[in-house]
Amino acid sequence: MSDAGPTNGLPPALLALEDGSVYHGLGYGAAADMAGEIVFNTAITGYQEVLTDPSYRGQIVLMTAPEIGNVGVNPQDFESSRAWCAGFVVRNLSPRVSNWRSEGTLHSLMVQHGVAGITGIDTRAITRRLRIGGVQRAVISRNVADAAAAVSRARNHPSLEGRDLAQEVSTPLSYEWTEGLWKAPGSKAVDPPVRHHVVAYDYGIKRGILRHLRHNGCRVTVVPAKTSANAVLAIKPDGIFLSNGPGDPAAVSYAVEAVRQLARSGTPLFGICLGHQILGLALGGKTYKLKFGHHGANHPVMDLATRKVEITSQNHGFAVDVASLQGKAVLSHVNLNDQTVEGMRHESLPVFSVQYHPEASPGPNDATYLFGRFIKLMDEQQRR
Amino acid sequence: MPRRNDIKTVLLIGSGPIVIGQACEFDYSGTQGVKALKEEGFRVVLVNSNPATIMTDPEIADRTYVEPLTVEILTKVIERERPDALLPTLGGQTALNLTVELAKAGVLEKFGVKLIGAQLGAIEKAEDRELFKQAMANIGLCVPLSGYARSLDEAKKIQIQLQADTGVGFPVILRPSFTLGGSGAAIAWNAAEFDAKMLWGLQQSPRGEVLVEQSVLGWKEYELEVMRDGKDNAVIVCSIENFDPMGIHTGDSITIAPAMTLTDKEYQVMRDAALAVIREIGVETGGSNIQFAVNPKNGDMIVIEMNPRVSRSSALASKATGFPIAKIATKLAIGYTLDEITNDITKETPACFEPTIDYVVTKVPRFAFEKFPGADPTLGPQMKSVGEVMAIGRTFQESFGKALRSLEIGRWGFDLDKVPPLDELKRAIAVAGPDRLWQLAEALRAGLSLDEAFTLTAIDPWFLTHLKTMVDEDDAARIQGKALLDDPVSLERRKRMGMSDRRLMKHAGVTEDDVRQARIRHGIRPVFKRVDTCAAEFDAKTPYLYSTYEGGSAADRAAEDEVRPTNKRKIVILGGGPNRIGQGIEFDYCCVHAVQALREEGFETLMINCNPETVSTDYDTSDRLYFEPLTREDVLEIIDAEKPEGVIVQFGGQTPLRLAVPLQKAGVKLLGTSADAIDRAEDRQRFGDLVKKLNLRAPAWGTAHGLGEAREIAERIGYPVMVRPSYVLGGRAMEIVHDASGLEHFVMKAFEASRRESLAGGGGSGDESAPILIDQFLRDAIEIDVDVVADGQDAIIGGVMEHIEEAGIHSGDSACALPPFSLSPEIIEAVKTQARALARELDVRGLMNIQFAVPRDGRGIFILEVNPRASRTVPFVSKVTGVPLAKIAAKIAVGKTLKEMGVREVVPNYVAVKEAVFPFVKFPGVDTLLGPEMRSTGEVMGIDRTFEAAFGKSQIAAGTRLPMPDGTLQSAFVSVQDGDKEAAVGVAKGLRKLGFRILATAGTSEYLRRAGVETEVVNKVREGRPHCVDRLLDGQIQLVINTTCGADAIQDSFSIRRTALMRGLPYYTTVSAARAAVGAIAKLSAGAMTVCSLQEFQSGK
Repeated sequence: MSDAGPTNGLPPALLALEDGSVYHGLGYGAAADMAGEIVFNTAITGYQEVLTDPSYRGQIVLMTAPEIGNVGVNPQDFESSRAWCAGFVVRNLSPRVSNWRSEGTLHSLMVQHGVAGITGIDTRAITRRLRIGGVQRAVISRNVADAAAAVSRARNHPSLEGRDLAQEVSTPLSYEWTEGLWKAPGSKAVDPPVRHHVVAYDYGIKRGILRHLRHNGCRVTVVPAKTSANAVLAIKPDGIFLSNGPGDPAAVSYAVEAVRQLARSGTPLFGICLGHQILGLALGGKTYKLKFGHHGANHPVMDLATRKVEITSQNHGFAVDVASLQGKAVLSHVNLNDQTVEGMRHESLPVFSVQYHPEASPGPNDATYLFGRFIKLMDEQQRR
Repeated sequence: MPRRNDIKTVLLIGSGPIVIGQACEFDYSGTQGVKALKEEGFRVVLVNSNPATIMTDPEIADRTYVEPLTVEILTKVIERERPDALLPTLGGQTALNLTVELAKAGVLEKFGVKLIGAQLGAIEKAEDRELFKQAMANIGLCVPLSGYARSLDEAKKIQIQLQADTGVGFPVILRPSFTLGGSGAAIAWNAAEFDAKMLWGLQQSPRGEVLVEQSVLGWKEYELEVMRDGKDNAVIVCSIENFDPMGIHTGDSITIAPAMTLTDKEYQVMRDAALAVIREIGVETGGSNIQFAVNPKNGDMIVIEMNPRVSRSSALASKATGFPIAKIATKLAIGYTLDEITNDITKETPACFEPTIDYVVTKVPRFAFEKFPGADPTLGPQMKSVGEVMAIGRTFQESFGKALRSLEIGRWGFDLDKVPPLDELKRAIAVAGPDRLWQLAEALRAGLSLDEAFTLTAIDPWFLTHLKTMVDEDDAARIQGKALLDDPVSLERRKRMGMSDRRLMKHAGVTEDDVRQARIRHGIRPVFKRVDTCAAEFDAKTPYLYSTYEGGSAADRAAEDEVRPTNKRKIVILGGGPNRIGQGIEFDYCCVHAVQALREEGFETLMINCNPETVSTDYDTSDRLYFEPLTREDVLEIIDAEKPEGVIVQFGGQTPLRLAVPLQKAGVKLLGTSADAIDRAEDRQRFGDLVKKLNLRAPAWGTAHGLGEAREIAERIGYPVMVRPSYVLGGRAMEIVHDASGLEHFVMKAFEASRRESLAGGGGSGDESAPILIDQFLRDAIEIDVDVVADGQDAIIGGVMEHIEEAGIHSGDSACALPPFSLSPEIIEAVKTQARALARELDVRGLMNIQFAVPRDGRGIFILEVNPRASRTVPFVSKVTGVPLAKIAAKIAVGKTLKEMGVREVVPNYVAVKEAVFPFVKFPGVDTLLGPEMRSTGEVMGIDRTFEAAFGKSQIAAGTRLPMPDGTLQSAFVSVQDGDKEAAVGVAKGLRKLGFRILATAGTSEYLRRAGVETEVVNKVREGRPHCVDRLLDGQIQLVINTTCGADAIQDSFSIRRTALMRGLPYYTTVSAARAAVGAIAKLSAGAMTVCSLQEFQSGK
């Protein structure tokens, strides 16, 4: 048990939005002033995974669950090597950490990785503001005397649209991933022997995906975002994986170009989130920005093949336009809340993708079967 | 999948009377279920013995049978109504058990009734420990290790095996099999205790069998609420974490939603397990509750149990999230899938999702140990609480603070009356009792370290840290004193931590209103936010609100506020708060009726309540639901935000009544009978004047401020006297005192209760010297209850009820019949005339209840009590007569007249008997003798063409196994006090006629024999063995009649009553009840019991 220390000794801080609204609270985490696009995440558990998910690069994340920091941070729950988002907004930072796996506090992790935090503000009011008015740029600042400066800084901060952030978070060198899923105490699960070799593009890949691939019998070679299609095909992988990642899919033209070639190669290909959007663009579809995105762990998605509903983990601000897919791909999954595209597959090629996160982390494991589908495609390909 | 079309009529079984562990949450679930079925066009047949439920209102189901919940009765209903399907999952354990019995008896098959919701196999797999263990093993989940033992030797072997498997020898849990109400579970902490408790357990179990189980005491406890549809879509509605770890029944635990101390990975492991469990058990559609224990040291997880039905926790989860589990479970049972059902709150997204919440919910149980002297108040594996409150706040601390002040136990924060020294506190918190939370807070205040607190309680350090923070802030407020009023920063911080104005008032040494005014001056006001299932991701169309202090400027608050008040004419209805003995479902029933009536009249209705079990806190009931504490502070904030036309306080029992004066003083308009009229009836002096003015009679009385004065009054009036505190509920600390020697003890008890009660309510005067009342006690009198509804002009008699037990037994504990069965028409007319006169004189505008006593010696009619408000009997009377008294009263409150509504008095040509149901079986060692202090938790009703048949049904419905002549030799044990001997002759003759052998104690036997009744003498307990208790234990006695008088005799016969209770034998402690029982046996054995629906009774068919 480690103690996060009292929260009442925290310095004042403010959150300023581009629409001019300012919320006063207490600062924690890194002492730096940070700007970014503010999004709300409705997951109740899993703040450590959210914080370390590279897809949040350039964003300030607001957690709607009010008590955050309760379980501290631990080595197993990192989704990448570090925290990536610019800021972390919570209603109530926990004064105490209590969990048997915990080895540190949320505050210290944020300090270490330069993430600014603000606590003690009305997160619900801000969430409603974003829902009604759409996403905004925002600033967390400890210079509480000059709110106007913070607002103007938020207004001058570049929008996510048109920004290639994948490059910033991608691995500079390729590497092999060998670790399977986290095993609960007493679990008798073992990772199966390796049967396939998958090349995974790292646009900001979450470790949860890599762990699931290993758990499904894959040896994984992770390659940088800008790796060319030829370089990948030269490895002769059994399958190609396109990862999640931050920013605007339309801005990663190099990736779209590579995927266009890879999709036609006949090698089974699976994309998640940004990978799904890149595939959409590669197949000739369009993407667009959602009003306030989907960030949470409770979104219902229907698999149109089975008509069964899965509760999914989601984190995206852009989506593939369903009309643009006409004749290019088959809609396979749909979001039941707003009918947006959640998954698609190519009619003839072994290519499919989902907008949401079957690897969960955080969130429900309802959609892990998709990794099985990927394996099946590779099996079929091998039999041919 | 769309709605099933192969079903037309659905049978629903209710959960019967309110008992500990099964309360009004099943009225909430069942009412939702019936409504959902009707919405879909099904014909619904409902059976429930509890008349105080909304679900049994005749307009809810198509056919409503208020009949005993037995296989025999249900078979008759099925034969008569021929339902196509039975939905067994909404009526608690009662409905589930009955369903299994009906299936096993072949009834369902015989009449072609399909089970929907849960199939027999699934129910058995979930309920049978061995099958459940096997099922969990199939899916790789662990359960506590255990084994059944039929002897001490076997038990020892199991214990040794457990030690080998878990590395822990003691404690172990011992659960006797098949005990009544699951009672008798015990914890053995060492080898010596193990032997003793094991032997006791073997004796307790009717099968001589005890489950010896691995203890997971101190592990963290969680619950998940799961829903599954016919297409195998499954979702988790809510996670709940218990503040009190394993070892305390979840019903007695403080619980928090959502879970607070799990990482996502751990939560997902639990979620996956929950989904695997519901699939493996095979609950095809509907909700289930699954409990888990987690070892805080290493995260080891085991499954404790699963309930394949809606439960107390599912009601809590529904209220905590806004996801109506029972309603959706019903729709799933009739064929829909989750994605086909719309989320009620957002109106645009489907119900196939998992609610996410952006607030914290705290549930705190409420206990009633003060009602059961001698009961062991230690909390353990068997549930003992009688009610609960829930509070919503944006943080754990705020929600926790709000829950504490919702309890109405005279505490407004961490304020234990008498704080013992630290070492005593340490001992107290290690053994959990009802006050553990407050003792823990005081221990932390006294310097107990968090580590030591964790060692002693195993409460998670996260909770302990918050508790400590709250205690520190409490201390800071005390030290600051009055300066707080000019320190907006501290004031706001404390409000955001959930501290009540009342607690701050005490620390500041000012009045509650001073604190409120300071808050207003500094702009420290709460905002209201919506419960919306989705953390504001979608717009909430349903106004289900809670308050929170968010800080910021007035403009910020206006922007953040989600009240969105309308300009419609609106009225606030104050609910009844937590269930307790004396104030339960009956009052919620009245509140719901008031809401329904006012909606009919075109008003917007605003419900304020904090009891998660109830129908009133279903967001569907009122136009706007405020889930808030019922205190002056919280109610005034809502009134300021909404500006209603008026507030109705007369339906929710004592809770809102206590707020009447403080609200009125704050300028709130109260509707209905004036506060002054209430005061004239409640203030003893003014009541005396009222009685005198109308030329009526009441027992002689006096008000005492001290023991000396009490003695003088008692001497003047003459013994026996009734001693009672002023302004209390359910006869708290009321006693009949027979002589001067007993006076002091009870007078002191009454003073203490008076003082506590005056501190408890929202409007309590805080008067430390509240007086007590001493009344003349009328011996051997018939008690009569009259419910009246009046509009200032006319007064209509709702019903005249004759009690079966004589005056002196609390009216809530006494069986009563409507219409009366033995009173002369003259007496009935006379009480009606007096009731009308009282209504006119008090200018009652709404409901009034009057209790009369008529001594058998012809001394006339005495008024015992007048209550110008809704009474406990209103639902019963309304159900029997079909006249909706509470609705009529609500309409009167907004200006309608009885004439306009065409209300007339209905005297039924059938008879209904209300009988009380008691929790004694849960409290070993407590005397079951009835008295002026109410101790029943619930009630049932028997209805039939004759008094005898109705009484018989009421007994069966209350769980009494009335012995029916069956050709074998049956015996009745009769032992009555001298005053009752003459009356007992007729009863004994009746029993002889029915073929019973009479076993009687010497004196009774002698008297009966002289009167020509053949008897057999049996020893009293102190007369040597074999004595009457031995004969009871032998199973030789089927019916007990035992009346006593005087402390010695009462002590003497204690073991007789207790043994009869544990054996489930009918036992009567008054001759009048015994006479009714014998009449009922004669009637019911003469012809088969018949069933008839309320709709048929009321339409005269």
